[in-house]
Amino acid sequence: MSTTTTTTGTGQRDPAERESTPARSSAPQDTPPTPKPPADDAFTGDDLPSPPGATRALLRSLLAPMKARVGVTTLLLLLQQAAVQAGPLLVAYTIDRAVPAFRRDDSGPLIAVAVGYPLCALLSGVLQYAFIQASARVNQDVLLDLRGRIFRHAQALSLDFHERYTSGRLISRSTTDVESLRELLDEGLQELITVVLSFVYILATLLWLDLSLGAVAVASFGPLYVLVRMYQRRAGRVYGIRSTAIAAVIVKFVETVNGIRPVRAFRREKVNEREFAGLNHSHERTNGDALLEMARYVVGSRLVANTTVAAIVLWGAYRVASGSLELGVLAAAVLYLRRLYDPIDRLGMFLNSYQSAAASLEKVAGLLAQTPSVPEPAHPRELPPARGDLPGREVVFEDVRFAYRTGGEVLPPFALTLPAGQTVAVVGATGAGKSTLAKLLARFYDPTDGRVLLDGVDLRDLSTPALRRGVVMVTQEAFLFSGTVADNIAIGSPDADRADVERAAKAIGAHEFISSLPDGYDTDVRKRGGRISAGQRQLVAFARALLADPAVLILDEATSSLDIPGERAVQHAMSTVLKGRTAVVIAHRLSTVEIADRVLVMEHGHIIEDGHPAELIAGTGKFAALHQAWRDSLA
Amino acid sequence: MSLSVKPAAERSAVRVLLRLWPFVRPVRGRLFTAAAVAVVASCVGLVIPLVLKWMVDGPVAHRDPAGVWLGALWLLLLGVAEAVLFGVRRWLVARPLSRVEADMRARLYGHLQRLPVAFHDRWASGQLLSRGTTDLMLLRMFLAFPLTFLLVNAVTILVGMAIMLMQDWVLGLVVLVPVIPVMWMCAVFERRYAEVARRAQDQVGDLTTVVEESVLGIRVIKGFGRHRSQARAFRDLSVSLRGTELRKARLLAAIWGVIVTLPEIAIGATLVLGALRVADGGLSAGTLVAFLSTALALRWPVDSIGFLLAMSQEAATATERYFEVLDEEPESEALPRQADSAPDSASGAPGPGTPSPDPAAPGASGAPVRGLRFENVTFRYPDADPASPPLLDGVDLHIRPGESLALVGATGSGKTTLTALVPRLHEVTAGRITLDGTDIADLPREVLRAKVSVAFEEPTLFSASVGENVLMGVAGEPADGDLDRALAVAQADFAHTLPEGTATQVGEQGLSLSGGQRQRLALARAVVGRPPYLVLDDPLSALDVHTEAAVEAALRQVLADTTALIVAHRPSTVLLADRVALLSGGRITAVGTHQQLLRTNAEYAHLMSGERETPDARADEGALR
Repeated sequence: MSTTTTTTGTGQRDPAERESTPARSSAPQDTPPTPKPPADDAFTGDDLPSPPGATRALLRSLLAPMKARVGVTTLLLLLQQAAVQAGPLLVAYTIDRAVPAFRRDDSGPLIAVAVGYPLCALLSGVLQYAFIQASARVNQDVLLDLRGRIFRHAQALSLDFHERYTSGRLISRSTTDVESLRELLDEGLQELITVVLSFVYILATLLWLDLSLGAVAVASFGPLYVLVRMYQRRAGRVYGIRSTAIAAVIVKFVETVNGIRPVRAFRREKVNEREFAGLNHSHERTNGDALLEMARYVVGSRLVANTTVAAIVLWGAYRVASGSLELGVLAAAVLYLRRLYDPIDRLGMFLNSYQSAAASLEKVAGLLAQTPSVPEPAHPRELPPARGDLPGREVVFEDVRFAYRTGGEVLPPFALTLPAGQTVAVVGATGAGKSTLAKLLARFYDPTDGRVLLDGVDLRDLSTPALRRGVVMVTQEAFLFSGTVADNIAIGSPDADRADVERAAKAIGAHEFISSLPDGYDTDVRKRGGRISAGQRQLVAFARALLADPAVLILDEATSSLDIPGERAVQHAMSTVLKGRTAVVIAHRLSTVEIADRVLVMEHGHIIEDGHPAELIAGTGKFAALHQAWRDSLA
Repeated sequence: MSLSVKPAAERSAVRVLLRLWPFVRPVRGRLFTAAAVAVVASCVGLVIPLVLKWMVDGPVAHRDPAGVWLGALWLLLLGVAEAVLFGVRRWLVARPLSRVEADMRARLYGHLQRLPVAFHDRWASGQLLSRGTTDLMLLRMFLAFPLTFLLVNAVTILVGMAIMLMQDWVLGLVVLVPVIPVMWMCAVFERRYAEVARRAQDQVGDLTTVVEESVLGIRVIKGFGRHRSQARAFRDLSVSLRGTELRKARLLAAIWGVIVTLPEIAIGATLVLGALRVADGGLSAGTLVAFLSTALALRWPVDSIGFLLAMSQEAATATERYFEVLDEEPESEALPRQADSAPDSASGAPGPGTPSPDPAAPGASGAPVRGLRFENVTFRYPDADPASPPLLDGVDLHIRPGESLALVGATGSGKTTLTALVPRLHEVTAGRITLDGTDIADLPREVLRAKVSVAFEEPTLFSASVGENVLMGVAGEPADGDLDRALAVAQADFAHTLPEGTATQVGEQGLSLSGGQRQRLALARAVVGRPPYLVLDDPLSALDVHTEAAVEAALRQVLADTTALIVAHRPSTVLLADRVALLSGGRITAVGTHQQLLRTNAEYAHLMSGERETPDARADEGALR
């Protein structure tokens, strides 16, 4: 019953949405409330904070570049409508003029009609054809633009945003929300222009026919306006809730499909079905609510329209009876009146798609209003040429401190210099800050205070390509994209040819398993995606990094799923292919440490030990104990 | 004027759309009533002009105020009736149609959960998602609008044509002339449009996949600074989608142009013809006006056929796409190899009727073999080339009750696949796996999976609290203390220190945990239900040394009385087990203790110690190629 406030908690996390929910009496909380995340973290909600008017600004900026084409499209529709509306006038002309003229043996007017009418028909057909094409072009370009913007922006937003604003929501922004704008553009705008055009056209004719009759028709616009506003207000709310509800459905759907193995193994099917039914049902409710709002509007507007027609007829008939109005004028007025109110339903359809699109656009605008917390530099600097023959570069953490936006210091201020070419192992318990250190170096995050320098250049001043030539990070989760194995390795360096790819794979010991795949390097990983093991995926990820050939390589638990020969191959690669690179290795397996020049031991965000591995092992510190424990485990 | 167009143009789509019937059936009453109401409302709309005509010709012309009042009253009544009827139609279908959409989505979701894992390996989730969202919305719109209005318009057109033919049959026939070319055009249009619509929908699915991957793989993209090339891939796809959409628009523009032009020309012809006959007195001016107003009134119903057909076509495509998934065979619960033996023969020997192909079936010769046993298990992925060598080729392995066995093998040797066979995430191609003598193929999956608990290589957590995630492993009602015990075994006590303790939300929608934390929770989930059989796929890979040692100590106690299969990459994990089996070339090539194999098996020694100078390893690699 309650919308998305159930298991996923989407609805509950957003203050704005919570405010609007109580208005819907049909939303009892039938599940225990989920715990709220810290109140200051708005990013876990479906609606992101956006400046007022962002939605309008977005729509404007989407349409602005094609002003001319929008103009042409409108003109086409204007002409088309004129051609269409000419029909009845020609009929009137035929009866009033052409027939009497023909009786007088003057066939001129009739011939004019015989030529004019088909011409109008042809013209309206051709214009219709042109209009549909022109508007489709505008619509598709707007959609292309919007899709691209969402996609690029989502890609530009930093990792901490992605970690909180979940993938399901992002997917829903660029699919269903774009889809509702498509509906608005495809059907809605045409409806609106047609409606406005015929309103103006017919109203003008009415006022011209008889001022007072026209005035009554104009008066009816008052209640109609109220109805439209009411509908907009109510439907706007319902559509907002509906879009949140479908996002929750999508999240659940994606989660289940992507985690199908554990779903199966732990017999989650029934529980999932129950939860999904809840989410699905709340979407069903709001969907129904939206449709009912529409029904309410249609009844209201039709009632107003039909009552006005009856009133005008009564009023007009009295005036005809009293002789102050021509009979023909009344007949014409009434016929036009019917047509005046005809497009009311279509106005509803427009409002419908407008509301739905507005709710979606608001969310999209909220997403687009997010500024990347790790922005690209406006004036990028170049890295200085490499010093000496070593490909590695020096890394300096200069009084760096890091805390999350929501508070909570992860790394208290520290300074650290990693000389070019050094291999540094970072060890410590979970939560000691190792990954944060790595993410700062990879510029997934920017430090709260201080700077991270690569050969003396602040990472924030490097363009993305320069940064990634400088620093590459391989993480534990080795994600594979659709495409072939070779494509996946080539992510490391798009210009690489097949020989480069194979060389990288061989260097890391991945060549063997790749060759044994059905199509070798051309095997589609999607088709076999579920079947490339975690270890194999890590090898592919490593081959990527090898191909990228960075000055600084960060391995964050990048070998956790490798077996010992795999790990050896990686170590071998590091001492040969990657020799001379600066490397930061985070690993629980201390075997990696053996190849390190230096070990950093971290605890609670502090570096508590720093030295050569042999030195530390010989000592009595944490690392010595850790190393002993690891030795024992090898037994 | 082209009523007969409808069935002709829809012929192929109709069959597809008829498949929706089972979902529509529960709401058929309301849907039919709504359609009937819409027809009545339309007819009421047609009556209003007649009343106007009567008023103008009668009371107004005769200066009869009472008649005017009466007429106005009638108009008001009819107007109110029309408004209410249209409202009733919408009210009737609003909830039921949302329900149809929701039902279809729930059905799809339920079905997806029951499709074999092999299906999910093959299908990108974006394609599935677009079927569950965009396509279903299209279907709801089809049921709400085109379906009803094709009927309503057809009736309106029929009635209108009848009126026209009654007024003057010659003019009526002239108006009917364009029916044939319009029908033909519609048929051509329908075929082409179907093709393009299908392509567009598939491209939307592909686009969804790229979006999804770019979000899920954001770390890789950022790590390699690849967001430009990813954006380019996205752009290419969305540009080709734009191309398809424009093709669709061209087709739609063409058909609409024809539908607008041809009937209008016919009306023009009747206008001239009628005017001539009015001029020579063969026809009254009033009749011509009435005839033409009727023809003009039919314009909207005729015009709309173009886009109603287009919407129907898209709905048909959506239906096809939907049923593509729904037609996939789910994992059958029917027992594949026997019909007579009940699954509760678990404790006894295999039923006498069991046509056991395995000569090794020990049940025949005496007491059932206890524990977990692989008998000549062969496995090839269902979509693999049948001529290719199977991944697992005659695996024989016996894990005695209470024993834990480590499975070691080179990367890609099929260890994970072998473990997936035990809870029947995949089905064996040949051979059999028995639990205490019962073929797992004879056990309902629910029962089997309650007995066998798995910790996967990739520790997936769901959007739920930590506690809920762990307690998923309990078959029935969790007892007090289960959670704490499991968390203790997995050394996952950090859960208590999370912001909301074990009620903290994790997964897609919650707190993000580190790989090691997730792995420990996944382990806790595997052991919480005290399952008799445990399958652990490299369960300690992401743990640091201290935690690993602590988990091992606690896990040993659990493993003491559990039959377990543990995929291991390292000696420390191997040592959890009583014995080790080496999987190589699709077979078990050696079984023994860690020390035994280390001494006697070169491959094992290589895998476990990496002892072999790297140049040798590279030479070896070369030899394997």
